[in-house]
Amino acid sequence: MFKILKKEKLSANIYRMVVEAPRVAAHAMPGQFLIVRTDAEGERIPLTICDDDKEKGTVTIVFQPVGGETARMALLKEGDSFADVVGPLGNPSELVHVPVEELRKMKLLFIAGGVGTAPVYHQLKWLHAQGVDADCIQGARSRDILILEKEMQEVTGHLYFATDDGSYGIHGNVCVALQQLYDEGKRYDHCVVIGPMIMMKFACQLTKKLGIPTTASMNTLMVDGTGMCGACRLLVGGEVKFACVDGPEFDGWKIDFDQAMQRARMYKTEEGRLYLEEKEGETHHGGCGLCQ
Amino acid sequence: MDGMKKVPVREQDPKVRAHNFDEVCLGYNREEAMAEAERCLQCKNPLCQQGCPVSINIPGFIRKLREDDVPGAYEVISESSTLPAVCGRVCPQETQCEGRCVRGIRGEAVSIGKLERYVADTAAEMGIHPQPAKTRNGKKVAVIGAGPSGLACASDLARLGYDVTIFDALHKAGGVLSYGIPEFRLPKERVVDREIDNVRALGVRIETDVIIGKSVTIDELMDREGYDAVFIGSGAGLPKFMHIPGEQAMGVFSANEYLTRSNLMHAYREDARTPIYHAKKAVVVGGGNVAMDAARTALRLGADVTIVYRRSEAELPARKEEVHHAKEEGIRFELLTNPEEILTDENGWVSGVRCIRMELGEPDASGRRRPVPIEGSEFMIDCDAVIMALGTSPNPLISSTTDGLATTTKGGLVVNEENGETTRPGVFAGGDAVTGAATVILAMGAGRKAARGIDEYLRSRD
Ligand SMILES: Cc1cc2nc3c(=O)[nH]c(=O)nc-3n(C[C@H](O)[C@H](O)[C@H](O)COP(=O)(O)OP(=O)(O)OC[C@H]3O[C@@H](n4cnc5c(N)ncnc54)[C@H](O)[C@@H]3O)c2cc1C
Ligand code: FES
Repeated sequence: MFKILKKEKLSANIYRMVVEAPRVAAHAMPGQFLIVRTDAEGERIPLTICDDDKEKGTVTIVFQPVGGETARMALLKEGDSFADVVGPLGNPSELVHVPVEELRKMKLLFIAGGVGTAPVYHQLKWLHAQGVDADCIQGARSRDILILEKEMQEVTGHLYFATDDGSYGIHGNVCVALQQLYDEGKRYDHCVVIGPMIMMKFACQLTKKLGIPTTASMNTLMVDGTGMCGACRLLVGGEVKFACVDGPEFDGWKIDFDQAMQRARMYKTEEGRLYLEEKEGETHHGGCGLCQ
Repeated sequence: MDGMKKVPVREQDPKVRAHNFDEVCLGYNREEAMAEAERCLQCKNPLCQQGCPVSINIPGFIRKLREDDVPGAYEVISESSTLPAVCGRVCPQETQCEGRCVRGIRGEAVSIGKLERYVADTAAEMGIHPQPAKTRNGKKVAVIGAGPSGLACASDLARLGYDVTIFDALHKAGGVLSYGIPEFRLPKERVVDREIDNVRALGVRIETDVIIGKSVTIDELMDREGYDAVFIGSGAGLPKFMHIPGEQAMGVFSANEYLTRSNLMHAYREDARTPIYHAKKAVVVGGGNVAMDAARTALRLGADVTIVYRRSEAELPARKEEVHHAKEEGIRFELLTNPEEILTDENGWVSGVRCIRMELGEPDASGRRRPVPIEGSEFMIDCDAVIMALGTSPNPLISSTTDGLATTTKGGLVVNEENGETTRPGVFAGGDAVTGAATVILAMGAGRKAARGIDEYLRSRD
């Protein structure tokens, strides 16, 4: 079970895998996530579901190796299996509950940053199947790390690009792009933003200024993903919420992003140390003199 | 040997064990067990048995033990219990069997728990396994949750010839036994995994990574996957927080998170890939087994640990042995004390807890005297981690995705006391999912009762 049927590189450092997980696929809806473990001693890694095929019983994940565990995931080959895939977790996007006639009347905007593009694709694809074509701003640092361009074109009304270095589309980040669209007279009823927390924070600040209600998908620390540990808790409108069971999508205007970003860094030193130790042996002492 | 006293059980030296995760209690050897068994008075009217939530024939198994018949003793225990190696280690014997022991009136009670453990461990060493049913009846039962209640229910049904599958949300079976109770109190490979293997040996299938209510619903299990009945043993997994200022700070954990990282994800090991915070000074809030386990885990990971509990020592809900062990290991207790605020440093990390002293006032609804704050008694405890062990409640994931399941105001499933049946025909429940956080033995007993209920229910439909 949980066999990797397909693995491909979407850019220099972003991978897409199609994984056999019939129970997850059967119920997966846009907006939900799953948890994988590479092997028997692996960490539990939450990843947003990027596509599903209910007939074949597969789900698609997209990830960018950042630390020890995701780097290990990237080493898995087609034909290998994950030790565990569990889900679907969290709630589906609230859009799936809106009657189709209403959806068709809405002007929807998605903002996708980096690997966040993949879960946005899942939502856009679902909407497209309902006959709803939303607009999307897809942002990345540079053109060579923009992913899924072709697939995104197929399911989006207008797809705008924003690159920090100006190598493609609008020169600047997604906020610059949104402001530009707004200035050109584009108006939206609702916005969904998925990407790095820092990007979501600034995007939400801007949509608030522009008066576009916004949903953001929170990729917090997680352990179980079922409401059991509280590692994923965050403040939304001053209230404690568990991202795994209350979310992962929340009202972007109400999320305390600063605190969420702080909490996301909680294990950075511990994880980093483990990773270095594993890669380089016991190198984390002597030399810099900082600890003395 | 002084017949008034228990045969002392060998334990790791507190100074040594404070730095390792090996089991604290080493258990009796044959000689010690035989000597302790001799202390049993073999009462005609055994009060100990009445004190046991699953009515193990205690004098009966001790008699077999005296005859040096461990397999016989194991058989007697197995009539009533599915997890003796676990219960011998974690039951609150002092308020159950041993609390009623007649020996205990003028001396120390017989060490029933340690004898139970000896029998279970020795039987395992002798290679005694439960035998699968000879004939199968072709009926399918789904069990949700591989904790004590689910394992017990599944075992009994498999023995009766049912085709049983256990589904668990986590990647490993065992429930709290795997993710909550630490290695130094309940060894995983040697005890928990062995008990789970025994359940498998009966023919029970265990499918991990399935969250009922998310991956599949109870309706689908019954309508599409052909299960004739369902048992819900999903535990009480939701952690409580205090809702005091600073609780969102970095360095504040629920005991569930801290213990899950350490136990389920093995973060206590040097080579583990899941991180855990190694605190220098930790404050653990709460007074139950969970608080003791979190405190003693933090201690072993190198922290100086203080337990903060709002009532007095007499009300500590933890097993006596755990409190005693925690003190021996050097854990400080601030009793009649309640946290009011968690303070943070400039980086948002915990720097201390502001507490207030309490005194006991009038009894509350639980019959225990209610702690009330003493004005002006605030004081600070410096720390870099706070672990909240304030209790847990049932997860609404299943009740909210299944029609016809009534719950109490506290979120527990409503069941018929006699047979464990819920308000939905064919669906049974037991353990912490019904009672809220309780004990292993009660969960196991409820699982067994429901197994009988399910058997009767399915037979009545033939
Ligand atoms: C740290 C700690 C220490 C403890 N110490 C003691 C002690 O010393 N002595 C004692 O007697 N008791 C102790 N207890 C209490 C005891 O462990 C519990 O009362 C007992 O485990 C309850 O058993 P259960 O089968 O009802 O549930 P659990 O053991 O909680 O098992 C429930 C299982 O169901 C699974 N599950 C939940 N929801 C779903 C779902 N939707 N789909 C699929 N699976 C699901 C969970 O993953 C879990 O594996 C302790 C508890 C903790 C947390
Ligand atoms: S991840 Fe554990 S409660 Fe959300």
